Amino acid sequence: MPQWLDSSPKPSSDHGEPDPQGHFGPYGGRFVPETLMPALDELSRAFDQARDDPGFNQELDDLLVNYVGRETPLYEATRWSRSLGGARIFLKREDLTHTGAHKINNTLGQVLLARRMGKTRIIAETGAGQHGVATATAAALMGLECLVYMGTRDMERQALNVTRMQMLGAEVAPVSSGSRSLKDAVNQAIRDWVAGVAHTHYIIGSVIGPHPYPLMVRHFQSVIGVEARRQVLNRVGRLPDTVVACVGAGSNAMGMFHAFRDDPVELIGVEAGGLGMATGQHAASLCGGSPGVLHGAHLYLLQEPDGQIREAHSIAAGLDYPGVGPEHSQLKDSGRVTYTTVTDDQALDAFMELARTEGIIPALESAHALAHVRRLARDMPGDAVVLVCLSGRGDKDVSQVQAILEER
Amino acid sequence: MASKISRALSRAQESNRAAFIPFVTGGFPDDQRCLALVKQLAAAGADVIEIGIPFSDPLADGPTIQASSQRALEAGATPAGVLRLAARAAGQVSAPLVIMTYYNPVLQMGADEFARRAAAAGVAGVIIPDLPPEEAGPWITAARAQDLDTIFMATLLTGDRRLRGILRDSRGFLYYVPLAGVTGSGLEIDTTMLKALGQVRRTAGLPVAVGFGVATPEQAAALGRVADGVIVGSALVREMLEAGDPDQGLAAAVSLAQRVRAVLED
Repeated sequence: MPQWLDSSPKPSSDHGEPDPQGHFGPYGGRFVPETLMPALDELSRAFDQARDDPGFNQELDDLLVNYVGRETPLYEATRWSRSLGGARIFLKREDLTHTGAHKINNTLGQVLLARRMGKTRIIAETGAGQHGVATATAAALMGLECLVYMGTRDMERQALNVTRMQMLGAEVAPVSSGSRSLKDAVNQAIRDWVAGVAHTHYIIGSVIGPHPYPLMVRHFQSVIGVEARRQVLNRVGRLPDTVVACVGAGSNAMGMFHAFRDDPVELIGVEAGGLGMATGQHAASLCGGSPGVLHGAHLYLLQEPDGQIREAHSIAAGLDYPGVGPEHSQLKDSGRVTYTTVTDDQALDAFMELARTEGIIPALESAHALAHVRRLARDMPGDAVVLVCLSGRGDKDVSQVQAILEER
Repeated sequence: MASKISRALSRAQESNRAAFIPFVTGGFPDDQRCLALVKQLAAAGADVIEIGIPFSDPLADGPTIQASSQRALEAGATPAGVLRLAARAAGQVSAPLVIMTYYNPVLQMGADEFARRAAAAGVAGVIIPDLPPEEAGPWITAARAQDLDTIFMATLLTGDRRLRGILRDSRGFLYYVPLAGVTGSGLEIDTTMLKALGQVRRTAGLPVAVGFGVATPEQAAALGRVADGVIVGSALVREMLEAGDPDQGLAAAVSLAQRVRAVLED
């Protein structure tokens, strides 16, 4: 058990644990080509062993503390709270991790696992480039070969991260099929994995994909919620009233929500409403989609009535994905988590507002969570406590936002 | 009772040859030419014909079938439309037809409804490359009710215990993938692979057809000596993609099919 889990509440036996085949209620499972089934069995066994292995956890803990910079601060955004005139808002500063987003929590865990399994080559997909950078970083640290698939459209809007990955020694493979963004990068990474499965480990960047990925990625990300829960208790002497996180495929939200699952705390996931739900140009799989199978799991996704996958749209490349993790799908149906949307414009306004009032430039992804807090907090009493996951920093978005502002 | 598909493979074995199983992308390059291709493949001696339902995210397919799927979708292909196309084909060829589709289109139509429509179209079996037996319960029930063969895949990496489970749920034939890779990958035939294939065939209890990456008549001949059937997909589609015009492409694909079918006689 890693140190950061020691103080966490034991979830009740069935809470949040999938069945042995990786089903979260009717969601999850393994819908993959036969070639991958033995590899997924191998990965499940390795993960089960590793997470109970003190040596593995000690090494991961050490990296999280001394390399990533955990624990990340819990910062009370007093000026922003005051300007909204309502609840006290606390930001969980995942933007202050090494590489600038929560993605590194998962990639370090998986790279350690890959090394343990004797894999010599790492592949990944990336949208905004944050997961790609975090994977390239972890691979460099372990001396493993690394190849990152990225849609050509994302390579244009996140050019800085492409350069970062290359500097870290990774090869970035452009994907020009389909929507030329995250969805097609995942397809291409899966095809690569099928072909190289004997020596390659595929680091999926979110709580999607076939079992055990949704469970494993949540496990490595749950450090966010475990720390934040403890920090809020220490700071205000009680649990927060509301916890908010943005949801693309859902890894930072799952990492944050898991620790609060059994608490009397309102959990809110904020999806990308893009140009507005009515336009159909959005990336809100839970609020505007339906259940189906994508990238190896049964989950909520954006699709045509005949089952063809639709393209997503979001100003934030990291949310621009037409599916959402199986556990989120279950949490939507059960009502334990409330899911809502904010538009590109609302996210942009929140992006600017946090920068101006707190001196923190958030990632456009995280700005979706902030945008919802903005409309939520004003109507809450002054002693209410809202915890937000600031999942990443916005350096990567600066030129994109500048271009949009100039157009306005 | 042996299914229509396994009977077709047995008939080929009685003539001391492996069955020839070509694959076409449904609705590519358009419905009319796709139908013409199916008829000409049957005339060229195909024993079973696979028709693929184009999908937006074909993660088991290499660039060739991805491209043909994309083109078919742009030309308006839909799951229901490909099933209608299959129905027209079934009325005109005697070779059993197999539908190959990813799972989400089946799920959205409903497994029962998909099975009902496929059976009504005269389709004999269905292959779903992203549906391993573990998740296939509802589909198997739906397919059995319509007497549709459920064709599953095994690969070079499938262990013995897993193979037994796959065989338990398989009807028609076992689809054996002799490599780790997607459709149209480079296939290298060596003695280890042929030995593994021979071993699977001896224990399978139903015909074993080999597919993924079979590109040349020579490869088909080598595999045909060990397997009950040889599946050729990407190589045929590639002929059509690379041709100057659709009719030339059709002729080139049929010509390759004839050559493959001919070497299987030897």
